[in-house]
Amino acid sequence: MPAPFLDAPFTIAGEVVGSRLILGSGGIPSLEVLERAIIASGTSVVTVAMRRLDPAAPGSLLDVLARLGVRVLPNTAGCFTAAEAVLTARLAREALETNWVKLEVIGDEITLLPDGSELLRAAEELVGDGFVVLPYTNDDPVLARRLEHAGCAAVMPAGAPIGSGLGIGNPHAIAMIAEAAGVPVVLDAGIGTASDAALAMELGCAGVMVASAVTRCRNPETMARAMALAVEAGRAARAAGPIPRRYHAEASSSFHNMAGLAREAAGETSLAPSGQRRR
Amino acid sequence: MSNVVTLVVNGEPQEVPAGTTVAGVIAFIAPSTRGIAVALNGGIVARSTWESTPVAAGDHIEVLTAAQGG
Repeated sequence: MPAPFLDAPFTIAGEVVGSRLILGSGGIPSLEVLERAIIASGTSVVTVAMRRLDPAAPGSLLDVLARLGVRVLPNTAGCFTAAEAVLTARLAREALETNWVKLEVIGDEITLLPDGSELLRAAEELVGDGFVVLPYTNDDPVLARRLEHAGCAAVMPAGAPIGSGLGIGNPHAIAMIAEAAGVPVVLDAGIGTASDAALAMELGCAGVMVASAVTRCRNPETMARAMALAVEAGRAARAAGPIPRRYHAEASSSFHNMAGLAREAAGETSLAPSGQRRR
Repeated sequence: MSNVVTLVVNGEPQEVPAGTTVAGVIAFIAPSTRGIAVALNGGIVARSTWESTPVAAGDHIEVLTAAQGG
């Protein structure tokens, strides 16, 4: 048996969260598929949106989440202003008896990217009102710092637009955010497949949030498992201290005590200029 | 004086007896009160005051709960 990778617990606002993979429930074809995906993902936190009660809705999402013992994290998806997001967060707290909120204030319907100024304003107000605020933000290190200074318990930068599956468009920005942050950085939005999640962790993120990549793929249960493995692999790789990138090769087999065969190999000449021959 | 007032509940007209409270409105549309929050004319009505908060003709009421969402 290989030794397991012993990771530090993932904590937000002083609470041990558990899995570093957060799952969004949006876009899943049914509650049955959602349940299997949650189990396969091993996640401890599942996000939900606040919407008008639909008496005709089949089954209860909250019943499924309660049965699985996962934390319900309400979001403010669909809000375009700080005022709307703050009201939605307060309604969520009332409905779900949690003061945690994934704060989303978007700028437009085409990109669904955060509106930085409205987001910061909403974050300040909700922190002041006792919320544990997890803001969905841009891949902007300065805005991330502002949100942290406002008292947010984590920052959740976008890798790419929500639902795009484009992965991490600006890995350098994500790495800069992760390096500077004193709160957990959870990559949110843009993840398309498992390698994107692994990359997020390798860049220094403390966690990854996925929704569409799991819920809208052909087999959500299998992708959920793949994401869990990728998050663990990326985290372990980061902890292992990867080799620095370099321009030229570095032989993994030593040239030391290399046999003197080159002179004996009749009729063969190296294409490499003599200056580039290793000695 | 009518015995019935018309509200707007989750965007749809809803007739309720005069003197109905927020709790009464919820009972009309929700199978259970678990996981529900209510906004009355844009302000939150705390669960503890549902029974004591009356509604009036033309009130806009939003009854929200958790739905699938990223």
